[in-house]
Amino acid sequence: MSNVDLILPLLVAVPILMATVPIALGLRFDRTGWGVTTLTTTGLLAATAYLASAVYSEGMVTHELGGWPREFGIQLVADEFSTLIALLVIATATAVLAYMRVGGPRGNTFYAGYLLLTGGLLGLSLTGDVFNMFVFLEIVGLATYALIASGDGPESAVSALKYLILGTVGASLYLIGVGFIFMATGTLNMQVLSENMSEVIAQGGQNLVLMQAAFAFIFVGFALKVAQWPLHTWQPDAYQHAPDGVTPVIAALVSTVYAYALGRLMYTVFGPEFLTSTPYLTEIVVTFGCLSVLAGSTLAVIQTDVKRMFAYSSVAQFGLVVTAFGLVTETALIGGIIHLVGHAVMKAGLFAAAGVIAVSYGARTVDEYAGLADNRPFVAGGTALLLIALIGIPPSAGFIGKWYIAVGSVQAEMWPVAVVILLSTMLTLAYSARLLEKMYFTPATPVESPHPSGPVATDGGQSGGDDEHGNERGDESAGHVDTGAFTDTGRIGRGNPDAVSFGMLALVIVAAIVAVLLGFAGGELHDLLDPFATEVFN
Amino acid sequence: MIELLASRYAYALMFVLMGVGMYMMIANQNLVKKLIGVNLFQTAIFLFFVAVAYVEGGSAPIVPTEGDPGAMASPLPHVIVLTAIVVGIALTAVGLALIVRIHSEYGTLREDTLREVRADE
Repeated sequence: MSNVDLILPLLVAVPILMATVPIALGLRFDRTGWGVTTLTTTGLLAATAYLASAVYSEGMVTHELGGWPREFGIQLVADEFSTLIALLVIATATAVLAYMRVGGPRGNTFYAGYLLLTGGLLGLSLTGDVFNMFVFLEIVGLATYALIASGDGPESAVSALKYLILGTVGASLYLIGVGFIFMATGTLNMQVLSENMSEVIAQGGQNLVLMQAAFAFIFVGFALKVAQWPLHTWQPDAYQHAPDGVTPVIAALVSTVYAYALGRLMYTVFGPEFLTSTPYLTEIVVTFGCLSVLAGSTLAVIQTDVKRMFAYSSVAQFGLVVTAFGLVTETALIGGIIHLVGHAVMKAGLFAAAGVIAVSYGARTVDEYAGLADNRPFVAGGTALLLIALIGIPPSAGFIGKWYIAVGSVQAEMWPVAVVILLSTMLTLAYSARLLEKMYFTPATPVESPHPSGPVATDGGQSGGDDEHGNERGDESAGHVDTGAFTDTGRIGRGNPDAVSFGMLALVIVAAIVAVLLGFAGGELHDLLDPFATEVFN
Repeated sequence: MIELLASRYAYALMFVLMGVGMYMMIANQNLVKKLIGVNLFQTAIFLFFVAVAYVEGGSAPIVPTEGDPGAMASPLPHVIVLTAIVVGIALTAVGLALIVRIHSEYGTLREDTLREVRADE
């Protein structure tokens, strides 16, 4: 176990170095990207699992890059919190590849971007240095903009540019915050900062004011990045116009890791003492989060496009996480982290399901989902399960997160927050029920589909005979179309069930199963995160 | 107030420059100029970091092997600014690539025209 800390720099360096390989191989061979990426992420998954076993059995693992002491150099830290997020990142990144094999997008350059994104996300979750965090924020941002723009339609470029401008402002505001932190303390290392923090608070005066200004800039910067209402405007466009294969990764990981970074800064750098001693700070954070919950859920209810609906739902769910961070109790913090993980799993599954349905059933709006359960029972079942988990019906990932946050809000004596959580559950039910009703109880209508087959970013798959894996599950789905043949015949030609591979469907089903299983693992997750929370609060 | 401005004018200028960049981003209809606004916004932050590192009467942070160098400017913010400039260049490149693609798809660089074209579709 002595060299377990060497895994940390490798987790960051390997994907970024491997990102050059698909491009280099692309000079000679056409389709190497998927293979190289799968090989890399699977290897990294194994390494992260080994790291996690060390962290959860023996405690924190740190690595000083280049042997520089942490006061000057950059430190990578794997504690209970960051290891959980790193594990989530690499597991999701590996799982979504099963979708991309057939679902696209394709091309060696795309997979180079994908590996860069993975490396950036891992770096962001493992870094222990506030300026290094800015660099990884931008690496993640750049890779995300490129992946969103890899969609076929011109809309994707417009939404990527919008995200680029707003995302850069968010990261720049964070950088100003880092500047203020540096002015106040003269160090950039998170652990050194947290050790100095109580001294700064005790001294008060100029340095404390600088820290408060730093917090304000950092919070607003991250509110932009995490897509908190009213700074969320880039997010629905970006999620809707990104290629169907990319949305699960971006929705599940990018904002999640940004929210992790916010939590890390709030609790490790600033610490509970600063959060509670600064007047109105927790109130502002909680209000911001609660407004996001209510506004995001309400906007989700009125959407017609399914991907857009899920995007607004993400605004609401991240609002819950920010609220949990603002409550400053141990239970709420753990609840926020659990909800972060649970939401990532559910949204990855839901966006993958939206992609599968768009390809195989030609449906992109809520109304077009009519009759889905009769025709595509597997994907409809998976979607239904994920929606129920999202609402928070026990046992599910959505339930335990909300439960801990609600308990935390009661402990903090912030009763309105408990009310907001209840309201958000009802609003989630409102938009989920619309979809469930369409899928299960509305008979399919003849196609008046405004989406002729192959309008989607994944239409690489339509050109389709080029992929031998495309048929396994496709045959089965086609069979179901025939059994549903009591309605008019125009529907049979709808969508292209053959374009859905086993891997694409498996991703949806596995995400649904994991979302339910996490519902039983609440106690275990709590125990895993407990050392982190205890250390933060004492 | 005057005294504060006289001794801290670098910070005041930084916020003015940031405001100009922010205004360009929001008010200018041309996408390329919006991106220039982003660059201006970032440059203001770079200048802020350089101003933070300034030490009254300090020399450049090159440490001689012997002898006392006296007061020196802090080298760390300079390194930060260098890194941030590289990041900024990468961002500009990606942004311009996206703008080139938008122009070839829609034939315009103006945001209001773009909105009309997209609404028609």
